[in-house]
Amino acid sequence: MLAFVISRILQALPVMAVVALISFAMFAYVGDPVAIMLGQDFTEAQRQALVASLGLDQPFFVQFAKFLWNALHGEFGLSYRLSRPVAELIAERAPATLELAFCAALVSICIGVPMGVYTGLYRNSWLSRLFLTFSLIGVSLPTFLIGILLILVFSVWLGWLPSFGRGDTVQVGWWSTGLLTASGLKALILPSITLGLFQLTLIMRLVRAEMLEVLRTDYIKFARARGLANRVIHFGHALKNTLVPVITVAGLQLGGIIAFAIVTETVFQWPGMGLLFIQSVNSADIPVMAAYLMLIALVFVTINLVVDLLYYAVDPRLRVGGGAARGH
Amino acid sequence: MAPLLEVRDLRVEFPTRRGTLTALDGVSFDIAPGEVLGMVGESGAGKSMTGAAIIGLLEPPGRIAGGEIRLNGKRIDNLPYEQMRRIRGREIGAIFQDPLTTLNPLYTVGRQLVETIQSNLGLDAAEARRRAVHWLEQVGIPAAAQRVDSYPHEFSGGMRQRVVIALALCAEPKLIVADEPTTALDVSIQAQVITLLKGLARDKGTSMMLVTHDMGVIAETADRVAVMYAGRIAEIGPVREVVKHPKHPYTRGLMASIPPLDRRVEKLAQIDGSMPRLSAIPPGCAFNPRCPEVFGRCRVERPVLLEAGGTRAACWLYDPASEKRAPEAMRHG
Ligand SMILES: Nc1ncnc2c1ncn2[C@@H]1O[C@H](COP(=O)(O)OP(=O)(O)OP(=O)(O)O)[C@@H](O)[C@H]1O
Ligand code: SF4
Ligand SMILES: [Mg+2]
Repeated sequence: MLAFVISRILQALPVMAVVALISFAMFAYVGDPVAIMLGQDFTEAQRQALVASLGLDQPFFVQFAKFLWNALHGEFGLSYRLSRPVAELIAERAPATLELAFCAALVSICIGVPMGVYTGLYRNSWLSRLFLTFSLIGVSLPTFLIGILLILVFSVWLGWLPSFGRGDTVQVGWWSTGLLTASGLKALILPSITLGLFQLTLIMRLVRAEMLEVLRTDYIKFARARGLANRVIHFGHALKNTLVPVITVAGLQLGGIIAFAIVTETVFQWPGMGLLFIQSVNSADIPVMAAYLMLIALVFVTINLVVDLLYYAVDPRLRVGGGAARGH
Repeated sequence: MAPLLEVRDLRVEFPTRRGTLTALDGVSFDIAPGEVLGMVGESGAGKSMTGAAIIGLLEPPGRIAGGEIRLNGKRIDNLPYEQMRRIRGREIGAIFQDPLTTLNPLYTVGRQLVETIQSNLGLDAAEARRRAVHWLEQVGIPAAAQRVDSYPHEFSGGMRQRVVIALALCAEPKLIVADEPTTALDVSIQAQVITLLKGLARDKGTSMMLVTHDMGVIAETADRVAVMYAGRIAEIGPVREVVKHPKHPYTRGLMASIPPLDRRVEKLAQIDGSMPRLSAIPPGCAFNPRCPEVFGRCRVERPVLLEAGGTRAACWLYDPASEKRAPEAMRHG
């Protein structure tokens, strides 16, 4: 078990290294940080001093090593745009994005899985057909359009929910949460649905396909021959066997939700990392972009690890053969 | 003795886009309490279909389109799903062919036994677990008390089939439908598993419908045997009569094709030609294009099961009204 975790972490290291390299390349070669930081008036001596202090006169891999070392300590330098430490900016914005992503994931799983099970069990009912049609819409409409439509209906016409922002937040340590106030919770509803809808339909279709597949297996037929109740067969035997692929996809989707929160955050002016990233792109704020990129990579790698650990919990066959085999 | 299971004129149909296929047509047989009925026939003859119809688990869109199935005199072919569920496990157990795929890989064998025992017999968890261990002992799993918490993949194929047998028997059904219970197993352990199954069935007085391609198994295990051909029963009778003195021309071909010394052949060897597809069953006797004895009536009228001296055969040679008659039918008739 421990060996498995360690081997997975070792596998993740090259991925992180490549992402770090890309971030660094962006940092060092896209735009000219010296020119940006010096502004209009400067002497050659000032320029030389800045180049030296930034370490830009050193060989490539010395610079890269320094970049890595700093990154490991959460040091990404100063934002060009706001002249504040990047780490501080991201720490400020992370809770908003993470809470939004969490709620979106919750929406997509809590609704997507039951809908998938239902459509798998009652393939031909009119409700299943309705769900499938609805899921087609969910997959084909772009996120920003869904967000705008929701704002139009629930904020503009009905006036039930806020159209932008996080509502009131409460500070818990360094974490600012919107989960503890009524206005914060209300503000979460529309963005969560917008962000989670694509994943919801994806999970629903996946669960449905897996259910149909599992229901055809011999062990389900045998479970029926043993006289077990339908409820036990469907939810105990069939659903559990669909979990391995569903966990994989749901896990990867969670990474996707965090990464693609950018669009939703822009539509709802949600003060998260995605909005920060977009603002940084607009003003070529390379340090923030580089840090964001690495953070997202870290999120993906971590989620992958957790997904692998969940396989262990679900599928006993993986527990003996070591960590090499994945799924079926 | 009144039969435990009565199958009368069973007809199973599959509606397809190109018309309705009749997979079973006029299948009739009985199984007495404690009796083992062997069932043989070429691949596609309808043996598994018959078993599935009896346990009420035909794959849709397959459906029972006619006839009756009675268990202890009570009709079970038209019961609602929930009532049939109560019969499965408790009154009719089933054993499938491939033990590698019939057990749920994610649950321990103990858990699968316990849930079967609890849902069929309504015992509390502790008693159900005690019985689960007991059943594993009964089917010859060594160190059953420890193995009860193992997962299916931790057992060999033969051991898994023993677990499947335990699962089929643990609610003490009166009838077992065993569909090729040893075909997927290593040849060296097939005999052990059959011996176990036969012994347990005898001890508990359980009746069995045993589908197999192995005439050796039939000869050793079955009391009577039914030979199926193209969704119909060609011949049915006591096992010794059918094996030693087959009456139906198809059965004769079948028995003649078994090597006399080594009777454990894998498949029923070939008779010239092949069994017709369901969509192209010829009129009259389904066997007539391959039959060495075929005569006029065979191509027009479908034969019913007729007394054929010791067995019953669906063949016009045994009808006193036919223009052509089997020599031994003359003697008996
Ligand atoms: N879903 C289906 N639709 C149409 N025909 C089917 C379907 N399932 C099975 N059949 C047909 O029903 C017939 C009987 O099949 P069955 O499985 O009972 O044969 P079997 O005697 O058990 O053969 P085997 O020895 O290969 O197990 C076959 O001809 C098969 O092609
Ligand atoms: S009925 Fe005719 S064709 Fe059929 S088995 Fe008998 S002799 Fe052959
Ligand atoms: Mg079969």
